[in-house]
Amino acid sequence: MTTTPPHVRLTNVTKTFSRGRNGTQVVALDDVSFEVAKGEVFGVIGQSGAGKSTLIRLINGLESPTSGQVHVGDQEITALSERDRRGVRQDIGMIFQQFNLFRSRTVAGNVAYPLKVAGVDRAERDRRVARMLDFVGLLDRAHDHPEQLSGGQKQRVGIARALATEPSLLLADEATSALDPRTTTEVLALLGRVNRELGVTVVLITHELDVIRTVADRVAVMDRGRIAESGTVYDVFAHPRSEAAADIVRGALRDRPSAETLARLRRSHSGRIVTVAIRDRTGFQTALARTFLAHNVAADIIFGGISELQERAVGSLTFELTGPADGIDEALAALRADGVELTEED
Amino acid sequence: MDEFLTNLPVFREAIWQTFYIVSISVVAGGLLGLGLGLVLYATRPGSLMSNRAVFITVNILVNIVRPIPFVIFLTAIQPLMLVTIGTTIGTNAVTFALTLAAAFAVSRIIEQNLLAVEPGVIEAARAAGARPISILLTVIVPEALGPVILGYTFIFVGVVDMSAQAGLFGGGGLGDFAVTYGSQRYNWPVVYITVAVIIVIVQAGQFLGNALARKALRR
Repeated sequence: MTTTPPHVRLTNVTKTFSRGRNGTQVVALDDVSFEVAKGEVFGVIGQSGAGKSTLIRLINGLESPTSGQVHVGDQEITALSERDRRGVRQDIGMIFQQFNLFRSRTVAGNVAYPLKVAGVDRAERDRRVARMLDFVGLLDRAHDHPEQLSGGQKQRVGIARALATEPSLLLADEATSALDPRTTTEVLALLGRVNRELGVTVVLITHELDVIRTVADRVAVMDRGRIAESGTVYDVFAHPRSEAAADIVRGALRDRPSAETLARLRRSHSGRIVTVAIRDRTGFQTALARTFLAHNVAADIIFGGISELQERAVGSLTFELTGPADGIDEALAALRADGVELTEED
Repeated sequence: MDEFLTNLPVFREAIWQTFYIVSISVVAGGLLGLGLGLVLYATRPGSLMSNRAVFITVNILVNIVRPIPFVIFLTAIQPLMLVTIGTTIGTNAVTFALTLAAAFAVSRIIEQNLLAVEPGVIEAARAAGARPISILLTVIVPEALGPVILGYTFIFVGVVDMSAQAGLFGGGGLGDFAVTYGSQRYNWPVVYITVAVIIVIVQAGQFLGNALARKALRR
């Protein structure tokens, strides 16, 4: 297997801010390292205040780390002067939560801006603007001004502007957080096309699991300035190893009962309550049912949820188990021996 | 009224002087103030070209000059006038002083309106790889254009106001005319005709300013 060099690499990046008059040190990023491969969609998810916005701005050098290195391609951004960073930024597109379109320019004028900055001549500029607006489906709105567009259209203009110079890397800073669910889906579909059809590497940050599972290949979970865990979207969220990742899955899938729900379930169910993580394996639930039956255990589903991540099933089911006490113990032991993840709720 | 008609040539001369003083002060002071305002905006801490020494110097200079009442300012800069234009009285001397006063007022108006531009659009321009000076002139100024035009209109009215004091230093103009030919001779029609002309000038300026700002803001 040949290894191609990563498109983006962060190595032991730390960023601290001093805040207020007395200069209290706030740690925004704490020893962060990860790599983004060429051509993939890499998501960074975390609560607000987890340091995501700072992180994405390090990649195009809008911010500088306190320590550590940032590489884009074979260039070390952190070693470049501000002047040299400008050249690199022309090959990195960026889109924003609030779109940040120029209100003093038309839609076409917005898309043309980075081309002007890059010194592209007028004829070529017009050609590229038309091509990008056609790509995002807004060619007929070229002469409108941003305030005449809906939120989703504004973000599509943002995407056209970010890609006008044909960059190989696109940074998306909470690009769908200001949009309604339906528009979010449209914009995410467009980002998917950008990645597949134009071969652009995408780094996106978000607080929504839905965004990650719709477009991302791999994900890093951020928690208070650190990377709690990272890996393929399926691995991280189907089998979270960190509390932060588990929280995000619980919040999005709502498949596991909260403490309050559990207390309520307990009042109406006298049997033992066990939560089983769903496996993406055909016949998994049939196998569960057979095991319970074989030990004379009645298993009632009283809570749960099953969803999909990267076209594989994830989720969990909570059962009330009734029957002979040793039968239940034996059934649970058999399941555990079979590699089933289960937790007995107490 | 007969007396007014005999003084008509003087009245025409006064209108011309006011136009002369006001238009030169607004245009020259406006440009000078734009430059000062851009420096104030761009050099402030955390801004595009932050430079503490330059910012503090210009900021203090503007803070010192701006609150001085115009009549006192006219007197105070007489040494500077002698060195630069060689005289301390007359229409040109008053125009010189008013240009400086307008520039300092304009600088704050520019600074305030540029500060109101959303940081997000500046970040978008930086992310595109633009140089700070290009961001300042091709993004920030155009984004603030509507309010800046309204600010200039506000300054225009202030300049018309201050130009009425030109007579104190032999600068002539409508203020001088209203006092010399009107109130000092108890000739009220002359005063009110002058007031009417001033109102027309101010209204015309305000109307033009509003129209341009509406065009820039597209609303």
